[in-house]
Amino acid sequence: MSGDPTSSMGFTLKIWRQSAPDAKGTMETYHVADVSPDMSFLEMLDVLNESLIGEGREPVAFDHDCREGICGACSLVIDGQAHGPETETTVCQLHMRHYSDGATIHIEPFRANAFPVLKDLVIDRSAFDRIIAEGGFISTHTGSAPDANAITVAKDLAERAMDAAACIGCGACVAACPNSAAMLFVGAKVSHLALLPQGQAERNRRGLAMVARMDQEGFGNCTNHFECMAACPKGISVENIARLNRELLRGALAPRRV
Amino acid sequence: MVEASKRLSSKAPRGPIAERWDKHRFNMKLVNPSNKRRFHVLVVGSGLAGASAAASLAELGYKITCFCIQDSPRRAHSIAAQGGINAAKNYPNDGDSVYRLFYDTVKGGDFRARESNVYRLAQISNSIIDQCAAQGVPFAREYGGALSNRSFGGAQVSRTFYARGQTGQQLLLGAYSSLMRQVGLGKVSMFPRREMLDVVVVDGVARGIVCRNLTTGAYERYAGDAVLLCTGGYGNVFYLSTNAKACNVTASWRAHKRGAFFANPCFTQIHPTCIPVSGSHQSKLTLMSESLRNDGRVWVPKRAEDGRAARDIPEEERDYYLERRYPSFGNLVPRDVASRAAKERCDAGYGVGSTGLAVYLDFRDAIRRDGQDLIRQKYGNLFQMYEKITAEDPYSAPMRIFPAVHYTMGGLWVDYNLESTLPGLFVLGEANFSDHGANRLGASALMQGLADGYFVAPYTIAGHFTGRPLPAVSADAAEFLASESEVRGRTEKILGVGGRRTVDSFHRELGGIMWHLCGMARSADGLNRAREQVQTLRAEFWENVTISGSGASLNQDLEHAGRVADFLEFAELMIDDAAHRCESCGGHFREEHQTEDGEARRNDDKFSYAAAWEYRGVGSAAKLHKEALEFEYVKPSQRSYK
Repeated sequence: MSGDPTSSMGFTLKIWRQSAPDAKGTMETYHVADVSPDMSFLEMLDVLNESLIGEGREPVAFDHDCREGICGACSLVIDGQAHGPETETTVCQLHMRHYSDGATIHIEPFRANAFPVLKDLVIDRSAFDRIIAEGGFISTHTGSAPDANAITVAKDLAERAMDAAACIGCGACVAACPNSAAMLFVGAKVSHLALLPQGQAERNRRGLAMVARMDQEGFGNCTNHFECMAACPKGISVENIARLNRELLRGALAPRRV
Repeated sequence: MVEASKRLSSKAPRGPIAERWDKHRFNMKLVNPSNKRRFHVLVVGSGLAGASAAASLAELGYKITCFCIQDSPRRAHSIAAQGGINAAKNYPNDGDSVYRLFYDTVKGGDFRARESNVYRLAQISNSIIDQCAAQGVPFAREYGGALSNRSFGGAQVSRTFYARGQTGQQLLLGAYSSLMRQVGLGKVSMFPRREMLDVVVVDGVARGIVCRNLTTGAYERYAGDAVLLCTGGYGNVFYLSTNAKACNVTASWRAHKRGAFFANPCFTQIHPTCIPVSGSHQSKLTLMSESLRNDGRVWVPKRAEDGRAARDIPEEERDYYLERRYPSFGNLVPRDVASRAAKERCDAGYGVGSTGLAVYLDFRDAIRRDGQDLIRQKYGNLFQMYEKITAEDPYSAPMRIFPAVHYTMGGLWVDYNLESTLPGLFVLGEANFSDHGANRLGASALMQGLADGYFVAPYTIAGHFTGRPLPAVSADAAEFLASESEVRGRTEKILGVGGRRTVDSFHRELGGIMWHLCGMARSADGLNRAREQVQTLRAEFWENVTISGSGASLNQDLEHAGRVADFLEFAELMIDDAAHRCESCGGHFREEHQTEDGEARRNDDKFSYAAAWEYRGVGSAAKLHKEALEFEYVKPSQRSYK
């Protein structure tokens, strides 16, 4: 249940500060007071930043946008866990009622070689976009589509495709993986498209192309830790990694077209 | 009769409405396929409108550069749309047609939209569904594999296509995948983390933009042959809204200052089903999909300030006020009507919850009728979201909801080609004013954004390329350097104020003024007070704002400051527009103009026009231009949902 909204909590925050991509970062300690249990984690950081600005100090930079768990911008590691302690919850949907008054909380950016820090808690995830550009699509020219009901899709396939397509591209899977693998991210997209009849024409090359790019970007590979699934705010299953591996095999064995 | 301004030519074709778009496309000159690569289009924004336009134009062979404010084009705020997208497919065989979708949209917009545009939107709606299905958007399906439809927002037919409660996400990811395909093919250059700060005008034509690289703080100049603004709406002028935090008016406002007229800024949509404000810390509001009203019943206690828990209030002491006031539409009245009715009850002291600013949305009867499993199947993700935010279980107690700012129908004025009054500047999606009139129907925003991007702008932009001389320009031309220096000067001015008050506190205060005096209900007196308060606040901003850090690196406080500075100017135009429109229509409700039972009263004789405002300097009243609206097909009538 909700805490008393009038009650006020305080926390000690240990936050990663880094002034620029090539600067050396450190953990800095801050105290934040007047936190309501109904605040989201990001609203708690807003309170801290307002007080830092008031003191003439630089606020903590962090990515956020929709604040309703769908855009995938927020990207904090809280006490060692990507997106914090609640399951299937982005940081923006994590509320302070889950913390005890007076707690010390460690806040770091998602860490991976392929996600360089730009400033404080802000990272560069453009590697994900470059992976999608290699094959995370169905090549269809605007205007060339047949009537939508000309392509029927079995309900269970559509549902499973939707499960995979729910990925918000936040990168928590990479941050949680000891190898910094992007296999869950790539597996989700490859699965979404491989499950649908519309995705068949490019099926054999899609996974291979995306994984080649994934390797090139410096992501690691999967060694079945399943930390990605535990961290995923959308509950994307590691089944998608298994499917990706099958798609890779299928692509590798497919006859080459000239 | 409305006297039309000579400065506004809608370019809407004449003749039978069903033939207008075909005829218009036929009359438009085409760009030779081998010439297309010589034309360079700058697309600002990568939401549904921007991503679909950039991808489609690149497929046609144009050279495209696309910019977005987020770290990836996939994060544009279109992603947060929940409910669905309308199309006149008539798959359920329930009597829908292009004409009916057109009719409903004109009527739902309270007769303040341009008929030709709306008809075209309804025509195109079907191609959008085809396009998205071909891209692999995982729409909901029936057991036979065909697409599933639902009724949405009170429509009498089931014309809404959806992908669970994440339709916007899936449509955006579809458009994004097409965009990224073109990036991979080298046809689109993509620049994320860029904020457009000016449109550069050369010889009277929009020929480029200046933006700030949000990572490095550097100013960048880009030249092209056309600029497409797909930068969304301005709902964050209210501070609290369902918009993402980065949504702002800056791109539209800077274009307005360069000659693009701003139309109907007072037409804003307040969505009836949002999670209520819980405290002063609140940074944004969360929408609960309108589809909830299909099964949920809205009520408040019959006794004012009834302190009992919802479950302890017996049936006969509950006031199902929507069902009472609107027996034929009940809980499914359009958004503007539902929002005002909630406000009316709360203002009268019947609101619930700790703040008294909420009404109940109750699923008790639906759960009794259909069982909890079916309700969970339909709305599980929404119930979960509600529980996450409020820590209350909506299966056992009713949800508390309250209206919140959600969408802005107003925007930059555009003609039938989606071109603004600044030649060469096209405006797509929520950023323009077209199609929705004074109130947008549910599941129509996604339709319009994608219609503009996939199927309108890619044709109409050709008229600009073939119809005007476009001599080569360089991003080092004097106009570009002057624009950069102006933009740089403004940023340095903000940094130089050195005051004591944070940007966020200014934004919150502005939002409060707008919500209370220019929100769900407006009056001449309140608007006059709002104008004075905004002017005072704006003056204080330039004397007392404090910004941390410098302009030479990533500085979110500075980004926010620039946006708030523009909101502080824009708010005054919104107030002026609301004050001049002495009628109530759609989302614009003037207390002086209502019927005896508190419904909106339009004044078609005097206000059947789109108000397009011409910029004349900060603090100087903008000049009004009127585009007279003619209704040849859907005759204006009093909307009635009783």
